[in-house]
Amino acid sequence: MRIPTAALFGLFFTGLYFFIAIFADYIAPYGLGEIVGDVWEPARLGYFLGLTPDGYDEPQYWLGTDQIGRDLLTRMIYGGQTTIWIATMATILSFSTGTIMGFVAAVNGGWIDQALSRFIDLVMSIPSLIVALVVLSVLDTTVTTLILVMGLLDSTRVFRLARAVAVDITVMDYVEAARLRGEKVAWIIFREILPNALSPLVAEMGLRFIFMVLFISTLSFLGIGVQPPAADWGGIVKDNKDGINFGIGAALYPAVAIATLAISVNLVADWILNRTTSLKGGRG
Amino acid sequence: MATPLLSVRGLKIGARVYPPDAKPHDIDIVHGVDFDVEAGKVLGLIGESGAGKSTIGLAAMAYGRGGVKLTGGEVWVNGRDVLQSGTRDVRRLRGAEVTYVSQSAAASFPPAKRLMEQVIEAAVLQGKFSKSDAEARAIELFRKVDLPEPETIGNRFPHQVSGGQLQRCMTALALCPEPDLVVFDEPTTALDVTTQIDVLKAIKEAIRDTGVAALYITHDLAVVAQVSDHIMVLRQGEMVEYGTTDQIINAPVEDYTKALVSVRSIEHVEKTPTETPLLRVEGITARYKGTKFDVLKNINVELHPGQTLAVVGESGSGKSTLARVITGLLPPSQGNIHFNGRDLSAALKTRTRDDLRELQMIYQMADTAMNPRQTVGTIIGRPLEFYFGLKGAEKKKRIKELLEEIEMGDGFIDRYPAELSGGQKQRVCIARALAAKPKLIICDEVTSALDPLVADGILKLLLDLQKVEDVAYLFITHDLATVRAIADSIAVMYQGEVARYGGKTDVLSPPFDDYTDLLLSSVPEMRLGWLEEVIANRKMASGGN
Repeated sequence: MRIPTAALFGLFFTGLYFFIAIFADYIAPYGLGEIVGDVWEPARLGYFLGLTPDGYDEPQYWLGTDQIGRDLLTRMIYGGQTTIWIATMATILSFSTGTIMGFVAAVNGGWIDQALSRFIDLVMSIPSLIVALVVLSVLDTTVTTLILVMGLLDSTRVFRLARAVAVDITVMDYVEAARLRGEKVAWIIFREILPNALSPLVAEMGLRFIFMVLFISTLSFLGIGVQPPAADWGGIVKDNKDGINFGIGAALYPAVAIATLAISVNLVADWILNRTTSLKGGRG
Repeated sequence: MATPLLSVRGLKIGARVYPPDAKPHDIDIVHGVDFDVEAGKVLGLIGESGAGKSTIGLAAMAYGRGGVKLTGGEVWVNGRDVLQSGTRDVRRLRGAEVTYVSQSAAASFPPAKRLMEQVIEAAVLQGKFSKSDAEARAIELFRKVDLPEPETIGNRFPHQVSGGQLQRCMTALALCPEPDLVVFDEPTTALDVTTQIDVLKAIKEAIRDTGVAALYITHDLAVVAQVSDHIMVLRQGEMVEYGTTDQIINAPVEDYTKALVSVRSIEHVEKTPTETPLLRVEGITARYKGTKFDVLKNINVELHPGQTLAVVGESGSGKSTLARVITGLLPPSQGNIHFNGRDLSAALKTRTRDDLRELQMIYQMADTAMNPRQTVGTIIGRPLEFYFGLKGAEKKKRIKELLEEIEMGDGFIDRYPAELSGGQKQRVCIARALAAKPKLIICDEVTSALDPLVADGILKLLLDLQKVEDVAYLFITHDLATVRAIADSIAVMYQGEVARYGGKTDVLSPPFDDYTDLLLSSVPEMRLGWLEEVIANRKMASGGN
């Protein structure tokens, strides 16, 4: 089996991000809240790229320091851990609830479908950021509540997709054959529909994961996401945004991280998509 | 001899294939075909699906559909090689000298334009006629193809005429620019037999009256025998046999042609009814939810164990609905179904597991009847597991037995449906039904999507299995040749009612009721002059009234 170059590239970077996130405690050079130097010290990386003005010594910190003198690389690594953890868990939650609800609505039809679909319409009619703002301002902002709020809000989108895909599949003769055999709803959902709905769902999953990263970053930027002293990428942007006025690029690192993660995750999703569309079990 | 109108020499057609795990490469679809069509003559191209007949037909217009490339040879139309012509020349050819009639008229007419506008479009665009002359010609052609209200039918939209009428409109469309050659690509395949005969008649008369030459593409030898002067038999992109229609039908030389001509030669002697019927349908009336129209009206039929009841009718006659009622997918509004000595409950949900097991179904489209993500082993194994609790080695052994029964080896266990041919797919569906050890299998048009030779194999298999397994079939079909081949009793359905019912010999021998007569006389017979005979008979009958 050959893996295309694009997928290899995506796999490598996705793997790297997840590896760093999981082993953040061992990889990060300093402690999460440890103040190691001056405010906004220049980055060593910039020195090697020739971006530091003349007359400076070689800086000590690879990405420099943040607005109160903490090592930015450490912050980015711990921030990545939080961001990726929350995004992953929320994606899993939104896909499992959204897909199952969507399939149940499609398979049963009738009033179950109506009730679920209209309820979802109702939730979707309010912008999810507004709902999140309201809910999170009332509840304690912990990682668990963040995951629950984001996952459940996003499951409405997944529900729509899953229902649309499943409605097309439920009218196929093989589903009718399963019904005539007397199969239970669970078999029809997991054995007849799910394998055939996987391709669009996987494609959507890649996208949704990135939307989750953006969502949690947005919430943190607005100050209702991950709370200090814990770090996450949105929070780092918020903390260092004033530095941009002074030509300090600390706030841009999370942007680069989000962009590369987005691209690599979707390269992997595309590859999985290609493999799952094959109707010959991937053996061509 | 004058130069032929269309002359094809060494035509080669290729296409690029993109297998998922290999490099894209080119394959040949048509490997060097030669033929001539003289002015005013009709050549029939016949073959199974994949024989390349449509591709060759389109090549006469210098067109390759869907990435197909005309890679070699010559196609001479009116004395010039159109494969060497530039775009401008080709544009002048299409829609003026050569026109095309496609299989699915419904999919070919843009729904938002009136028929007249579409019929005269090519003729006006090519500058052959002015708009008013083209309209006059179109009306004349509408009359020629027997459309009702020829003066005004052009003002209708495509959805306002029936399928058969639309196909005749397309014939008028193709003839409107006074072409020299018309390519008919399976123009009657999607139609019911009773409609097919009208369209065939219209096409034949239009060809005769306008003196146009034609390429007539079809898989039905009996149909092509009615309209063509010569026939060319194709198989896998190569010519098998070429000759006059008379010679091909009455004295075929090649084995393959002989097989095509003699297809549906299964002899099946009617069995006598037993004491107690296996299935008794009593006074079934049914309608779909939300409608006020009864699709089935007071249906009464019986089916005896180990026998076959054929339900025949046109599309819309309610025959598939009857299957849905018996399987419990559509509970009837009135009537009862007795099965194997007990009352079947109306709705699927309240049926016992034995009811479900003993009543199996095989579908028309094997492609959609099997989950594309399950292997053959899973597809056949699931009923074994579900109904009999078979597991592991025991299950595998039974799957192998079933594969043996459908004349496929156990090498197929791990294959996916996409790796099977059309006939093999239908065989796997039969094995899935058999796995439940049913008393009755409902076969819904199981052979209509298959090529004639493959369909023949499936019918033989079903008959053999009936002897071994003693299973009864409720066989739904529109094809009377199939009915002759396998039925013990027949129910002819028309507009939701049983028009005629009884043993095979009784139903198929006179005196007939009007509808059965129409249906039987509309089935094309594989001999010359059949169409003329039928038309003459019908004229006589209507003249007598």
